[in-house]
Amino acid sequence: MPISVKAGSVKAGSVKAAPVTVNDFVVKFANVNGSGSASANGMFAKSILRMGVPVAARNIFPSNIQGLPTWFEVRITEAGHLGRRGGVDLMVAMNPQTWDKDLAEIEAGGFLFYDSTKPLPPGKFRDDITVLGVPLTAMCNDRYQLPRERQLFKNIVYVGALAALLGIDPAVIEQLLAEQFAGRQKLIDANVEALHMGATYVGERLEPIRLQVRKADKVGERIYVEGNAASALGAVYGGATVCAWYPITPSTSLAEAFTGYCEDLRTDPDGKARYAIVQAEDEIASIGIVVGAGWNGARAFTCTSGPGISLMTEFIGLSYFAEIPAVIFDVQRGGPSTGMPTRTQQADLIGAAYASHGDTKHPMLLPCDPGECFEMGALAFDLSDRLQTTIFVMLDLDIGMNEWLCRPFAWDDAKSLDRGKVMTAEMLEAGVDFGRYKDVDGDGIPYRTYPGVHPSKGAYFTRGTSRNPYARYSEEGAVYVDNMQRLLRKFESAKALIPAPVARPAKRKTTDGVIYFGSTTPSMHEALEALEGQGRHLDALRVRGFPFSDDVYDFVAAHERVFVVEQNRDGQLRTLLMNEGEIDPAKLVPVLHYDGTPITARFIAGEIGQLLALGQIEAAE
Amino acid sequence: MTYILKPQLHHPKLATNNLGFTRRDYEGSVSTLCAGCGHDSISSAIIQAVFELELPPHRIAKLSGIGCSSKTPDYFLGASHGFNTVHGRMPSVLTGANLANKDLIYLGVSGDGDSASIGLGQFAHAVRRGVNMLYIVENNGVYGLTKGQFSATSDKGSKSKKGVVNHDAGIDLVGVALQLGATFVGRSFSGDKDQLVPLIKAGLAHKGAAFIDVISPCVQFNNHVGSTKSFDYVREHNEAVNRLDVIPPRAPIHVDYAPGETVMVTQHDGSILSLHKLAELYDPSDRAQALGFLQSKQAKGEIVTGLLYVDPQAGDLHEALDTVDTPLNALAGDALTPGSTALAKINAGLR
Repeated sequence: MPISVKAGSVKAGSVKAAPVTVNDFVVKFANVNGSGSASANGMFAKSILRMGVPVAARNIFPSNIQGLPTWFEVRITEAGHLGRRGGVDLMVAMNPQTWDKDLAEIEAGGFLFYDSTKPLPPGKFRDDITVLGVPLTAMCNDRYQLPRERQLFKNIVYVGALAALLGIDPAVIEQLLAEQFAGRQKLIDANVEALHMGATYVGERLEPIRLQVRKADKVGERIYVEGNAASALGAVYGGATVCAWYPITPSTSLAEAFTGYCEDLRTDPDGKARYAIVQAEDEIASIGIVVGAGWNGARAFTCTSGPGISLMTEFIGLSYFAEIPAVIFDVQRGGPSTGMPTRTQQADLIGAAYASHGDTKHPMLLPCDPGECFEMGALAFDLSDRLQTTIFVMLDLDIGMNEWLCRPFAWDDAKSLDRGKVMTAEMLEAGVDFGRYKDVDGDGIPYRTYPGVHPSKGAYFTRGTSRNPYARYSEEGAVYVDNMQRLLRKFESAKALIPAPVARPAKRKTTDGVIYFGSTTPSMHEALEALEGQGRHLDALRVRGFPFSDDVYDFVAAHERVFVVEQNRDGQLRTLLMNEGEIDPAKLVPVLHYDGTPITARFIAGEIGQLLALGQIEAAE
Repeated sequence: MTYILKPQLHHPKLATNNLGFTRRDYEGSVSTLCAGCGHDSISSAIIQAVFELELPPHRIAKLSGIGCSSKTPDYFLGASHGFNTVHGRMPSVLTGANLANKDLIYLGVSGDGDSASIGLGQFAHAVRRGVNMLYIVENNGVYGLTKGQFSATSDKGSKSKKGVVNHDAGIDLVGVALQLGATFVGRSFSGDKDQLVPLIKAGLAHKGAAFIDVISPCVQFNNHVGSTKSFDYVREHNEAVNRLDVIPPRAPIHVDYAPGETVMVTQHDGSILSLHKLAELYDPSDRAQALGFLQSKQAKGEIVTGLLYVDPQAGDLHEALDTVDTPLNALAGDALTPGSTALAKINAGLR
């Protein structure tokens, strides 16, 4: 293979003395959007998983289809820290546009991998890192004729080179290629060839670097899946039959996954569908279809992001007041307005909790990983039928669009769907009094009937206007207040149905607590370990839903100071805690990360560590 | 919005249909609309149509948006479930309800504000999706509940009660529905029950998106000289293209008109539409011709009424989605939840 290598690749000799780092480092790929790198990068991450080493991989992508910078960050973590670490040990710099920024991000003593086809002036590098040049373009131009082939195989060539540098078993990648292109042997062979082209180049000219992947058994039965796909599967298992949606990043793949799962799992032998999916004209129509289906007794959902929630609020208010089941998956992104469409935040909490005009409150579920997305995705439908209102499942881009390592999905076949309080034709026939908004059981939850239930009984007129317990229009103050109080009772009843918070007590007795939720979870756990290593102990509580149960308020009451860690500017969970629990704001210390990147353990430990140190100084004074 | 209870006394000799229901069984609460409102005539026509079609009232779901017209579902079919949704959004709610249970008959009632302004988008999309429904717009060209502002169907040049001239072009929902692929399109006048009742019957029996624009003068705010939606104006400019009789499935066919003047159309449910031609060359199976005819008449200030277009073999959204015969809301848990074995396979594919 004649290759003209102009820029000499630097031998990694200078770092030979440095200790080898096994299964604990960060590789970041800097690519150009639309170059086909995603598939190769994903394969890189999965190959490490297949070697039994946990990875946490994140796409950092622009709101663009082709041409803009995109990154893929893989944290290799035998210790199982699945949050974003921050910092990069090995930068795979494939995008000249972002070269300077990417170079700057490498930790001191780290590595830069680049396409050395064109020589770069020494000023383009750093002295404190090791530079690994492989002439990828030259190699591909030499081997392939078609421009698209040159582009796509370049990705596989660098995966092969990286495998050789990092000690990844090439057989594992070959197996992944065989699975991905199953049945297309030519494609498999071509990819394997490209893989070896990269590995051979490195083998002949470079030495393995001090960052090494070694086989371990730390993955076990765990699965590797996106939160959006997990939520969609949860919706299938939760019995959702109607899905109405409008494409919006980062929720689109949830509806697409639901479509795929339904085709596989909900199609009759004759090809008939036990589901209906409509791509609506907008978010308003999406939630309208969901409300119509919910009114008529089908389990229905939509999935959207913050801008969609804004559009849906009128219907959410109708669902609250007319008491119609609905499920909304909100895959949160950076707001407000169009905000940062491809960046992550937890900034829709208040908007969802109190969506719509008038006095309204809506239950929310707060999954921390795809495993919980599945469970809560299914649970949401039972809750919406039971509570006859909108249930929000609050994901974010980080959980929704990235593959996370999580425990396998589980389902209890003995479990049946809870359709809530539905009055049947038999009950009506037997003369049971039906008042659509009557609190029969004292839990604030009335009975409903499905349209068409009985020839002469059980029909009622559903409206967003005020009405009496028998669904007749009324603007009487007392009747209105009575109904609003019942809705509050119903919200109280929701507390017992929302998944309980998860406590993580400190190893030593402490007066400091920390509350967190959702995608913050893995970074929070890692930060707690780091703080513990510094002798700083905090009791931690992961909130899993809204309304908050008494356990949450008891936790706050049991501590002198509670840090509330979240990914938004205004401390939205903190606000909900203050508002719903009448908690003294001074007691709840916000720890906020909201630049659109996933929160890191370094950030949390740094912030809380500083605040604790400051507290000690103040106390000493 | 009823404060008055309806008397429960019935005339002892009220006629019953074959289901044993009297016309009263299809009524609703007492209307709170203004005396003489065209909308009440439409409610009455709906009651008559459902009575004559001998439909069990509980098998109909009636949905509406917001406005005078959208209040009316409370005033008919009291034994049917009804849903007074939000402004301009009835079409999406009806679509969802229809997806949940394909076995009910869906009647959407809306107004020109609800469907031609805020709801124009949803109206358009429900029609183009072929949702199986009868969608009636009670069109008075004016905002009644907020006291007399122009609506989007007000004709350009028409005058408000206060004498203001409308400068904006009026939206013709019949034209919109035709363009968007509605498979049954009619127009009528609340003051012409003989024409309206058969149209509603045919529309209810139609499979697919059926739309009827019913000019329904607002006696309070749009019934003056200078309005093109007043009783007098509509009576003077009404150009009916045909007269419709609906013959139920399997009923003997009896037609009063001479052969050649009548077209017989068999609908999906077996009912036959007997169309007596009034406009000699008008062909209600030709969508393009219907549009051209409408526009040329409209330019002359005439209001074309009758069954303007019908595709008796139309399909609907459920056909497009190829859903199972069982209504989705009646599927039991085991038809919905794939179970732990399927889940184990999925887990295996995610490693």
